[in-house]
Amino acid sequence: MSPRVVFPNRVLPYLLVAPQLAITLVFFYWPAGQALYQSMLKEDPFGLKSKFVWFDNFKKVLADPNYLYSLKVTVVFSVATAAVAMGVALLLAVMAEKVVRSKGFYRTLLIWPYAVAPAIAGMLFLFLFNPSIGSLAILLRKIGIAWDPVLNGTDAMTLLVAAAAWKQISYNFLFFVAGLQAIPKTLIEAAAIDGAKEMKRFWTITFPLLAPTTFFLLVINTTYAFFDTFGIVHAVTGGGPGKSTETLVYKVYNDGFVNLILGSSAAQSVILMVIVIALTAIQFRYVERKVHYG
Amino acid sequence: MAEPKVSGSGHDKLMIGQSATSVYVAHAILILGLVIVAFPIYYTFVASTQTLQTILRPPLPLTPGGEFWNNYTEALFGGAGRIGGVGAGTLLLNTTIMALGIAVGKIMISILSAYAIVFFRFPFRMAIFWLIFITLMLPVEVRILPTYKVMVDLGLIDTYAGLIIPLIASATATLLFRQFFMTIPGELVEAARVDGAGPWRFFFDILLPLSRTNIAALFVILFIYGWTQYLWPLLVTNRNDMTTIVIALKKMVSFADADTQWHLVMVTAILAIVPPILVVVLMQRWFVRGLVDTEK
Repeated sequence: MSPRVVFPNRVLPYLLVAPQLAITLVFFYWPAGQALYQSMLKEDPFGLKSKFVWFDNFKKVLADPNYLYSLKVTVVFSVATAAVAMGVALLLAVMAEKVVRSKGFYRTLLIWPYAVAPAIAGMLFLFLFNPSIGSLAILLRKIGIAWDPVLNGTDAMTLLVAAAAWKQISYNFLFFVAGLQAIPKTLIEAAAIDGAKEMKRFWTITFPLLAPTTFFLLVINTTYAFFDTFGIVHAVTGGGPGKSTETLVYKVYNDGFVNLILGSSAAQSVILMVIVIALTAIQFRYVERKVHYG
Repeated sequence: MAEPKVSGSGHDKLMIGQSATSVYVAHAILILGLVIVAFPIYYTFVASTQTLQTILRPPLPLTPGGEFWNNYTEALFGGAGRIGGVGAGTLLLNTTIMALGIAVGKIMISILSAYAIVFFRFPFRMAIFWLIFITLMLPVEVRILPTYKVMVDLGLIDTYAGLIIPLIASATATLLFRQFFMTIPGELVEAARVDGAGPWRFFFDILLPLSRTNIAALFVILFIYGWTQYLWPLLVTNRNDMTTIVIALKKMVSFADADTQWHLVMVTAILAIVPPILVVVLMQRWFVRGLVDTEK
């Protein structure tokens, strides 16, 4: 980068960054530091005495079967949500590419769920599918599917995945449409002239060329499923039945805020921090590559 | 599969290798997609126009009932029992203040700090940039309890400031403005300086007008972000008249409890989702742009 032309002021730039820096320090770095510090403390439940115990809390958390179970729940939930949300969105985007003229019309109607809060999406799905007054639950029962997300853990998970994926379809759809538009039509037409059928054209040309978009969305959807779906879990299942839908973020909240197990909750926070850092690093590495290949 | 056609007739222009049947199939799948996307919202609207008795005897009819005015006026001005007599109007006001506050506040502090980082040279410039950048990796979810403690110590529980201020610092908007500012040619700054414009004059007369599109795009995304917050308002509000409509909705719903006022819950749900949907649909151009920009 060539040296920029800049203003010579000495004090002004500090005043300009001051508001953001102040908020960042007070509400981000200070609490994050506290979380780190607390993750190495052992406190009695009344907060009267505390002892520095280094990594004991981490050892305990990582050896706790409940935590490992919650990790498993989170992974299942994230993989399922990302797969459903991206699969449906890709199908719709490929279809939208074919209907050139009405594409705008479909897009306008498909982006609605983006504006719906995850928790509300969850509640709408619970309203439709809860066993006592859910209209669609009754429909399912009529065709012989025993279904009870309130008592059955797998059903509860299915409901959460459906709601979380539903909300994310819009986002993925928009990015897949953009990705598809970037693929030169001549390439696909050339394959058609060579006799490649539609499915073949999709899997040998379109899909590989979409790989950067797909990978990018995979990272975004994983982050979404890990962190932004707290509202869905909290509003719909509260981690239950049992602990079958207790995701990592929900567990941090529950252990720290409801059960007041401070050291453990702080250690869990720090583990989540590491996960976010990893996901962000992957995302930025990828962006660099995208710049390279145009 | 039908023979490849060369070019289109009928409604859609066909590409080489595309058959008319495949276009019909595409329409069918898209319509199915629309139904999946729209049905939960539509059905909520239907439920919001029914009596409580109708809702409790499912399945619900597929068309709206006749209770629209009754239910909506009761929810907006009557106040549903479960959330301490607070009407949906107050909740909508709180949520609007929070969403607007976050969107405007975030844009303001980010544009200022990006301006400093790109157009000035000062000690610790890069250190400050990295401090801001790293906040990307510290979402509320990973520092719930200590942040709550800070809020309590500062007396920010149950205040608009508490709902807004901690959420307006984030790296995304700053990075976006920084990226855009770096594309502005140095000649422009030089010309402004030769003409005697100081940094404020340059900022207001040149930089802000140039950033209009970015600001609009970012505004849509941040408004939705603010409106759909869940964990944060859950933590920092205890009083029912200070909370947001999303949290209030959660408090109103109980599937185990026969007392749940479902018709009012459904009205509240519609009121909670229609404003952000309108913003997204009416400002679609900015929305799509903002989405793509903020993820770069």
